[in-house]
Amino acid sequence: MITWPNFVSQLFNGLALGALLALIASGLTIIYGTLGVLNLAHGAMFMLGGYAGFAAYQASGSFVVAVVAGTLALLLVGLLMERVIVRHFYARPHEDQLLVTFGLAIVFVETVRWLFSSESKTVSPPAALAGITPLGFMMYPTYRLAVVGIVAVALLVLFLVLYRTRLGMIVRAGIEDAMMVDCLGINVDRVFMVVFGIGAMAAGFAGIVNAPIVSLTPEVGEAILVQTFVVVVIGGVGSFPGAVLGGLIAGEIISLTSMVNPGYAYVMLFAAMTLVLMIRPRGLLGAHGRE
Amino acid sequence: MSVDRIDSPRRPLLVAGVTAAALIAAPFVLPWLGAAPNTVNRILVWGLFGIGFDILFGYTGLLSFGQSALYGTGGFVAAYLLTRAGFPYIVAALLIGMAAAAAVGYLVGLVALRRTGIYFAMITVAIAEVFYFVEFNPLADWTGGENGLPGVPTPSVNLGFTTLHFTTGWALYPFLAFCYFVGIAIALRIVRSPVGVVLRGIRENPLRTAAVGHNVHGYKLAAFVIAAAYAGLAGGLLGVLQAFMPPEAFTFETSGQLVIQTAIGGRGMLFGPLAGAALWLFLQDFLQGPLGLGATWKLVLGLVFVVLVVFLREGILGGIRDLYRRVARRKGEEDAAGAEPAGTPTRPPAATPAPSREHAGNGFSGPIMQTISLTKHYGGVAANQAIDFSVDAGEVRGIIGPNGAGKTTFFRMLTCEVLPTAGTILFKGRDITGMDMTEVCQLGLTKSYQVNQLFNRLTVRENVTIAALAALRGKFRLDLMRRLSDISGLDGRVGHTLELVGLAGRRDTPVAQLAYGEKRRLEIGLALASSPSLLLLDEPLAGMSPTERAETVRLLKSIGQERTMIVIDHDMDSLFELAERITVLQEGRVLAEGRPADIKANTRVQEAYLGGLNGAQA
Repeated sequence: MITWPNFVSQLFNGLALGALLALIASGLTIIYGTLGVLNLAHGAMFMLGGYAGFAAYQASGSFVVAVVAGTLALLLVGLLMERVIVRHFYARPHEDQLLVTFGLAIVFVETVRWLFSSESKTVSPPAALAGITPLGFMMYPTYRLAVVGIVAVALLVLFLVLYRTRLGMIVRAGIEDAMMVDCLGINVDRVFMVVFGIGAMAAGFAGIVNAPIVSLTPEVGEAILVQTFVVVVIGGVGSFPGAVLGGLIAGEIISLTSMVNPGYAYVMLFAAMTLVLMIRPRGLLGAHGRE
Repeated sequence: MSVDRIDSPRRPLLVAGVTAAALIAAPFVLPWLGAAPNTVNRILVWGLFGIGFDILFGYTGLLSFGQSALYGTGGFVAAYLLTRAGFPYIVAALLIGMAAAAAVGYLVGLVALRRTGIYFAMITVAIAEVFYFVEFNPLADWTGGENGLPGVPTPSVNLGFTTLHFTTGWALYPFLAFCYFVGIAIALRIVRSPVGVVLRGIRENPLRTAAVGHNVHGYKLAAFVIAAAYAGLAGGLLGVLQAFMPPEAFTFETSGQLVIQTAIGGRGMLFGPLAGAALWLFLQDFLQGPLGLGATWKLVLGLVFVVLVVFLREGILGGIRDLYRRVARRKGEEDAAGAEPAGTPTRPPAATPAPSREHAGNGFSGPIMQTISLTKHYGGVAANQAIDFSVDAGEVRGIIGPNGAGKTTFFRMLTCEVLPTAGTILFKGRDITGMDMTEVCQLGLTKSYQVNQLFNRLTVRENVTIAALAALRGKFRLDLMRRLSDISGLDGRVGHTLELVGLAGRRDTPVAQLAYGEKRRLEIGLALASSPSLLLLDEPLAGMSPTERAETVRLLKSIGQERTMIVIDHDMDSLFELAERITVLQEGRVLAEGRPADIKANTRVQEAYLGGLNGAQA
């Protein structure tokens, strides 16, 4: 039964999911845009962020500590992964990059399963954000409202880093032409490592922020990865604004379709992706030649 | 380096024979090694699934992470027929499932193949996920949702005098082994057919494959449908094997496992997925059983996979093949040391004139190529502005102009690689504006590129074969079971082209091992092999040594006797020697046109090149 409050609350759910997807997709898309590597372990990184945060939460009991720990842990994972493995694949074909990151995704998921078992884990939101907020005509979980704000701030930080710093300028230049950036005498190796770290960090942050909404399992990243792909295809590879727009569109589609029939959420998402591919193959905000 | 040779007629028979022998011997040998029959059967199903996937990934270069959609489709269609619909014919049901998967594959391919590379990978993942959810929800009444379809019967085949019952374990094995054998025998034909050769071309260089006149999208779709058919049959067999069609067939994990097994076993060899499945499933049994690792087995296998991808690029079979080749080469070198020096030295280009070809332009006179006010803008930059240009059949035309004059853009418009902003292109009097590169090549107009566009991991002969096939078979043809040797005129055309460009002695050398000058000549050879009536050459002499230049000019002269050519180059002495008329472009416009002597004397041309004394722009 679709009622007005039900519809609005689904809109909010879509916004929260969309904001998260936007953040994760931004990480994926700047890594791909700059390094040319499609990171199939990105969903697993989202999951790792959740578990790293969960471990910190258990040790400290503080949600803030959990968020910081989840984010920093993934920064470290990203830096290490680039340094030890991904770096050796820049010169290899795209397919090899897909294979190795896919393999790493399995290793991440199975390591977590080994350490934490397959049972689902929950992280409680901080007391201040627990409970329900009355919005006048409806009640809505406070934490979900907060997530929209938290993620919006994170996206803003990412935006400022990308568009207002020297590093961001190098990254954006690298997305257009990595070889040229290399020729300009910029230490691309270090930039690449940092970009991978930032992308991983964004996924990890999203993972722990999401943990109080959906309980953690080792497989939680898999569905997110697929949704992130759709976001990137809709928004356009290598485009930060595209990732944000695509994320919001995908979030609303999933959420509003679920209200009618959850079974069709993916079908609608896929239909939207197909539509974009038909009308504008490079994505809504994608540029030519980024493939 | 070439993944395999396309032209040894006896090898497929030998391979098929060895495969048959191995499949027959397996039930007698494998039990001694402690293999459970159920594991062996599962390996066969994965191996069959992987044959089609290898044609898609290993041969065509399209890495799909969505094969589970087709595996599941074939499996559930067959299982539904055999259980709920009460359809009694098992083999027929399997074939219907296979056909359904192929049909679905066609539709999926239409969407997924709109993009290439990582986009293709992402789209296939998304599509497969949709199938998974559709199976669980909207179609749950037909598919059993999360319960799957239990009660899939085992096959029995009535031979007239007796009926064979294939039940479980080793009793089911012959049925699966037979399916695998038929699958591999057909695949061996496919990869050695003209289509198989074109698919390799697409893997190595899709742009050039299209430019020599093949419908790349059509062939990719064909590869996708072939892979879907194999997936569908394998899915059906999974139901038969387990007496139950599990919904897990549709999961991303299925697609992932297929990719992993193919990468581990080795791609582009057809048997890779079988080898990979054997390793994966045996290790799984071993880690879970004797080692008692329980659920951690997958972590170990994941690590094994990562290590293999990092260190053994071509997989297990690829590693064995490379080792074998290294040993064979060493042995070959020892043998050759006593006899004559190894390898025939490169011969300079033969100066024999090319024979006349079907559409070599001799049936056509007058202007073969005309442009009317041809214009190309890139944003605010006008690369070409209102170019009126005409070349007569039989002419050799040179185009010169300073860097940035718009020469290459002009060529790209003529071959329909880029769409003009305004203006018309007429080829043999026909308006070709807005056609695609492939069609234009089929009409007899092609180009050799300024930067080499070759099929790098294939041999010289294979390179030229790809181009010649487009001329002999048209832009799209599904002659999947045809042998290359059955195509009349192919050997002659390839041999002749190689003679002409002086690479006959290097025919079995992989392109990656050629010297630069040889690559440039092969670049021209690819254009020649499609027997164009109008050949465009974009800086054929660029980067060559003086000797190579002289040789190449000689080659171009002999080619020019039989067809119309337009040549861009910066080497004016060579071009003035070669061309009958010269067109000078500057800043996107025609500056001058005339015989070489007139151009040399033209003061405006001199200004354009020397900067001029009157302040004209360089």
